[in-house]
Amino acid sequence: MLVELRIHGRGGQGSVAMAEMIAGAAFAEGKFAQAFPYLGGGGERRGAPVQAYARISDSPIKLREKIEEPDLVIVQDPSIMEMVDVLAGLKPGGILLINSEEPIKVSRDDIRTFFVPAGKIAIETLGRPIMNTALIGALSRITGLVGIDTVEEAVRSKFPKEIAEKNILAVRKAYEQVGGAA
Amino acid sequence: MKGKTAILEGSRAVAEAVRACRPDVISVYPITPQTHILEDLARFVSSGQLKSQFVRADSEFSAASIVYGASAAGARAYTASASQGLLLMNEVIYAMASTRLPVVLTAVNRAISAPITIQPDHQDTMSLRDTGALQIHVESLQEAYDAHVQSFRIAEDPEVLLPIFICMDGWVLSHSYEPVTVFPDEAISEFAGTFQPVQKLDPAKPLTYGSYADQDVLMEYRYALMLAQEKAREKIRSVTKEYKEVFGHFDGDLIDTHRTEDAEIILVAMGSMVSTIRAAVDELRAEGRKVGLVKVRTFRPFPEEEIIKACGKAPLIAVLDKSLSVNTGGILATEIKAAFYGNPVQPVIVPFMAGLGGKEVNRRVIKEIVDIACRAGDKQGPRGDTIWMGLDHGFFS
Repeated sequence: MLVELRIHGRGGQGSVAMAEMIAGAAFAEGKFAQAFPYLGGGGERRGAPVQAYARISDSPIKLREKIEEPDLVIVQDPSIMEMVDVLAGLKPGGILLINSEEPIKVSRDDIRTFFVPAGKIAIETLGRPIMNTALIGALSRITGLVGIDTVEEAVRSKFPKEIAEKNILAVRKAYEQVGGAA
Repeated sequence: MKGKTAILEGSRAVAEAVRACRPDVISVYPITPQTHILEDLARFVSSGQLKSQFVRADSEFSAASIVYGASAAGARAYTASASQGLLLMNEVIYAMASTRLPVVLTAVNRAISAPITIQPDHQDTMSLRDTGALQIHVESLQEAYDAHVQSFRIAEDPEVLLPIFICMDGWVLSHSYEPVTVFPDEAISEFAGTFQPVQKLDPAKPLTYGSYADQDVLMEYRYALMLAQEKAREKIRSVTKEYKEVFGHFDGDLIDTHRTEDAEIILVAMGSMVSTIRAAVDELRAEGRKVGLVKVRTFRPFPEEEIIKACGKAPLIAVLDKSLSVNTGGILATEIKAAFYGNPVQPVIVPFMAGLGGKEVNRRVIKEIVDIACRAGDKQGPRGDTIWMGLDHGFFS
C-alpha cells in the first residue's frame, strides 16, 4: 500500500504543517510516512499558491521524487482553482477534498469529490482562517487513511494545549460536516 | 541502543544531533534552506537545553571566521550554510583546512546564482571541493542525524584535524519529514566525546595561526592536507563501524552499495537521489535487469578503491551528476573516470547531468538513464559526452 497526496494552499495557511500532521498520524498508527514541501517560485511567500505532499506506506519509503499522480488532492483555498490545475495528475478513482461551503463543479467525473466548510469551521473554533486541521478531520472521515483519534494526537503534539484543543474541535466538526460524493 | 523514533523535519534531525554533540561555539548566518537548523539551535540555546556560545554574525564570511577563531582557541565549533553563503565562506574554509581546524559544517545543498534560485543541486559544495575540508553526502534524514554525530569524532581526530562538511540536499532532505530515530543525548555525547586540541590559542603560551610562508614550505602544507585526508579514510571507517556497534545504524562508510553483485550496469550517485535510485534499481531487478547502485558517501576523501572494488567486473557505469565543471562535464563523473584510469577492468563510463538546478530525477528518468547507458555502452565508447537529462533544447533557439 502506497498512498500519495497533494495539498494546495496559499503561503501562510499551513499546508506543510498539514502534510506533517497527516504523516505524524499515519506514523502513530504504525505506517511509514513522509511529508515534504513544493519547491519553486522563490519559496513560500505569504499568499502565494503553494503545494505540500505526503506519502503513506506499509513499508519504508525510499522515494524522494515529486508526486505527479496523487491518489488524493486537498484544496485549502478554492480561489486557487482559477490559476492552478488542482486536478493535474489525480489518479482516476482518486479523491478531491475541497474547503468549500457549497459544492463546486469540477471538470472530471472519474474522481470522487468532497466538500467541507473548513474555513467556516476554522473561524468558529480558532477565530482565524487556518483550516488545515479541519481538513485533516474531513480527510479522516472520507478515507479512513488516518483515524480520528490519531489525528487528534498529532494535533495535540503539534500545538500548545489551548490552541491544540481549539484545533481538535475543528477536526471533530469537519469530521461531522464533510459531504459530497457518497 | 534503543532510541526514540518520531516524524522529524530534516533540519530538526540535524539540530538534535548537533545539540547532543555539545559544540562550545555556534555561529551561523541565515540562508534558505539552511535557516531552520539555525532556528532550532537558537531555540535550544535560549531554552538552556544547549550550553553553547551562540555568536550572531553579519555574514557567512563572519560566521566562518568566528568558528575559525573559536576552533583555534580549542573550542568545539559548528556552523552551517548553503549556496551563496558557502561561496562567501570559501576563503575562510581554505584557511581553516590549512591551519587544521576541525569545524563541523552542515552544507544544505542549493544551486548557485545566477539566475537566483532556491533549487537544490551540488554546485555549492563542489565549488569548495579543493579546500581540504572533508565532505560526506547523506541520502536520508536518519543518515543526516547519524553523520553529524560521527562528524565531530572524525574531524577532531588528532591525525585528521580537518573541517568537515555534512552535505544534505536542500528541501528534499532539510525540509522533509520522515521517521528519524534519535538516541538519548547522554549516549550521543559520550560517543562524540570532547575536542582535545593538540595546540590552541592561549595568552600564557602565545602562538600564531596563519603566519607568512614561502616556497620552502607552502607545497608541504598542501601535501599535509593530502596525508590528513588519507588518515580520514581510516577514521571514517572506524567511526562508522563503532557507531553501528553502539547504535545499530550503518549508512555506509566511504561508499554504500545496493545490489551490485552480478550487475551489468552500475549507477553511481550522491545525496538524496540515491534513495530514489534504490527504488528504481529494485523495480528494474524485478524485471530481470541486472542493475546495481554505488552511493558515493564521502566525496572527500574520494573513495577510488572502494568504488572500483564495488563495481567489480561490471562492464558499464552510469554516473549521475548534480554539479558541473563548465567545459568538462559532471564533476563526480570526471573523478570516477580518473579513478578507473589504469585499472585492469575498464568499464564504459557514461556521464549524465541529472538534477542540476533541481531538474527532476524520478524513477522514470533513472530508468531512461539505464536505457541510454545500455545503448551508449554498445557503440559510444568511454569518451562519450555528458548526456543532459531533461535539457530543453528549445531554450537555445
